Amino acid sequence: MSLEETKQEIIDSFSMYDEWLDKYEYLIELGKNLEAYPEDKKTDEHLIKGCQSRVWLDAEIRDGKLWFAADSDAIITKGIISLLISVYSGRTPAEISADDFSFIEAIGLKENLSPTRANGLVSMISTIRQIAGQYE
Amino acid sequence: MTVTEIRSEFPILSSKVYSRPLVYLDNAASSQRPLSVVRKLDEMSLEANANIHRAVHALSARATDEFEAARDAVRKALNAEFREEIIFTSGATASVNLLAFSFGEAFVGEGDEIIVSRAEHHSNIVPWQLLCQRKKASLKVLEIDENGELFVESLEKLISQKTKIIAISQISNVLGCVNPLREIVETAHKYGIPVLVDGAQGFVHLQTDVQELGCDFYVFSGHKIFAATGTGVLYGKKEWLDKLPPYMGGGEMIATVSFDGTTFAALPHKFEAGTQNFNAVPTLIPALELRNVCLSDPLLLQNMEEMKAYVLDALLSDPRITLYGVPRRTMDKIPLFSFTVKGVHHEDLALIMDKMGIALRSGQMCAEPLMDYFGVSGMLRASFAPYNTMDEARYFIESLDKAIKMLI
Repeated sequence: MSLEETKQEIIDSFSMYDEWLDKYEYLIELGKNLEAYPEDKKTDEHLIKGCQSRVWLDAEIRDGKLWFAADSDAIITKGIISLLISVYSGRTPAEISADDFSFIEAIGLKENLSPTRANGLVSMISTIRQIAGQYE
Repeated sequence: MTVTEIRSEFPILSSKVYSRPLVYLDNAASSQRPLSVVRKLDEMSLEANANIHRAVHALSARATDEFEAARDAVRKALNAEFREEIIFTSGATASVNLLAFSFGEAFVGEGDEIIVSRAEHHSNIVPWQLLCQRKKASLKVLEIDENGELFVESLEKLISQKTKIIAISQISNVLGCVNPLREIVETAHKYGIPVLVDGAQGFVHLQTDVQELGCDFYVFSGHKIFAATGTGVLYGKKEWLDKLPPYMGGGEMIATVSFDGTTFAALPHKFEAGTQNFNAVPTLIPALELRNVCLSDPLLLQNMEEMKAYVLDALLSDPRITLYGVPRRTMDKIPLFSFTVKGVHHEDLALIMDKMGIALRSGQMCAEPLMDYFGVSGMLRASFAPYNTMDEARYFIESLDKAIKMLI
């Protein structure tokens, strides 16, 4: 699936729920189903700064594409980072750098997070962009 | 007064968030504002907006009268001996900072000691730490037990000839336990040491008579007792305040100014430099009236007791929940509940419950040393006010259960 298709799919699944509570239930499910993150990579250098809860992000490049793994001690944050890496894993650094991450706004996530969480979301996005920039 | 009646004074309580009725349980952070306070603030802005204590014109005179009437109202509420013992500040934090600076300048030197408790809000720790850095003094900590109660019996051992002041909260903003201040003040005074009481959480829940309590200083914030934000009080015994140098220099706090030297105004103006929050301070008058009703009306008191008993029992009997601040006597607890849930991050719970319409506080609650003591990264806090209802308390407990089930 292309980047655009993946993003559209997420926008579509979010729009199935009218209530924010249900959208959070969906995020919680995503968080619970996120692939296990290696314990030895729960280090300070993998920690995303600016989040209220702790979020670790690891990236590796294979065949010119970036693959992300992540974890968090808070389940909703884990759901959010899961959402992000499901969109951006397997993309080339150039594709990620060129993306405007506007699908986050399309699903209304940012304004429905507490201010500290919204800051965390911004930090997650900028870290993914930064990593993409490094490999470009 | 019935709960329905008092609720009608607070229009915001009938509002909705995410199309659900708002259940406001973050009263320890800030209480909601009654119509009487909103009207007073409007009245001051629309009819009496002028700088105080300066001009002779009618508006200034009215603003000054209202401002000074607020001082009388605070004096009465605290039962302070003299009206000039009431200093207006922007809030409890500003009050502690003022005192820490001025008291420190006058009385604290190298090697001296200041005692605070483990359960203090950062606002009653950091100003003292700053003072200690300036003066090369040190901070001593009165510890708590696992119930959240102060080890009052160890206070005497902490006191030395170097102890200059003891700064302690009336009620911790995390634990909700009423501290045995009478005992603390008695012990401190035996050694001639003054006591500052941080009433930020206590003043809204307890009738407070500073003369009976015997404390030397007392601080509170207006916005936690229904008044407008940016209003706060430092009470100090006249004999102490007279000995302290000013904190800030500027207008109102001077007697005469020349380049050879300046003499300072008498109390309370010595500590009220610059333009005061003259629109907001008069809102303390209706706010204190309502506080008095809340602390004396049998129906409202009974409602608070019922909510407290119900929530306390529900949280204590839930094996998934750890409640912090469970004094041996229930009467020493206010309806303020900080807790953690095993295997659930406090932020997740707060976020889900927010979507259910419930406003809670989550995080370290400006009390990191206390979080460290309990070994947690944060807690969730529900704090009740007299306008909350038993229905809301039940909805909170049911929603908490639902939220936990969603997250586990």
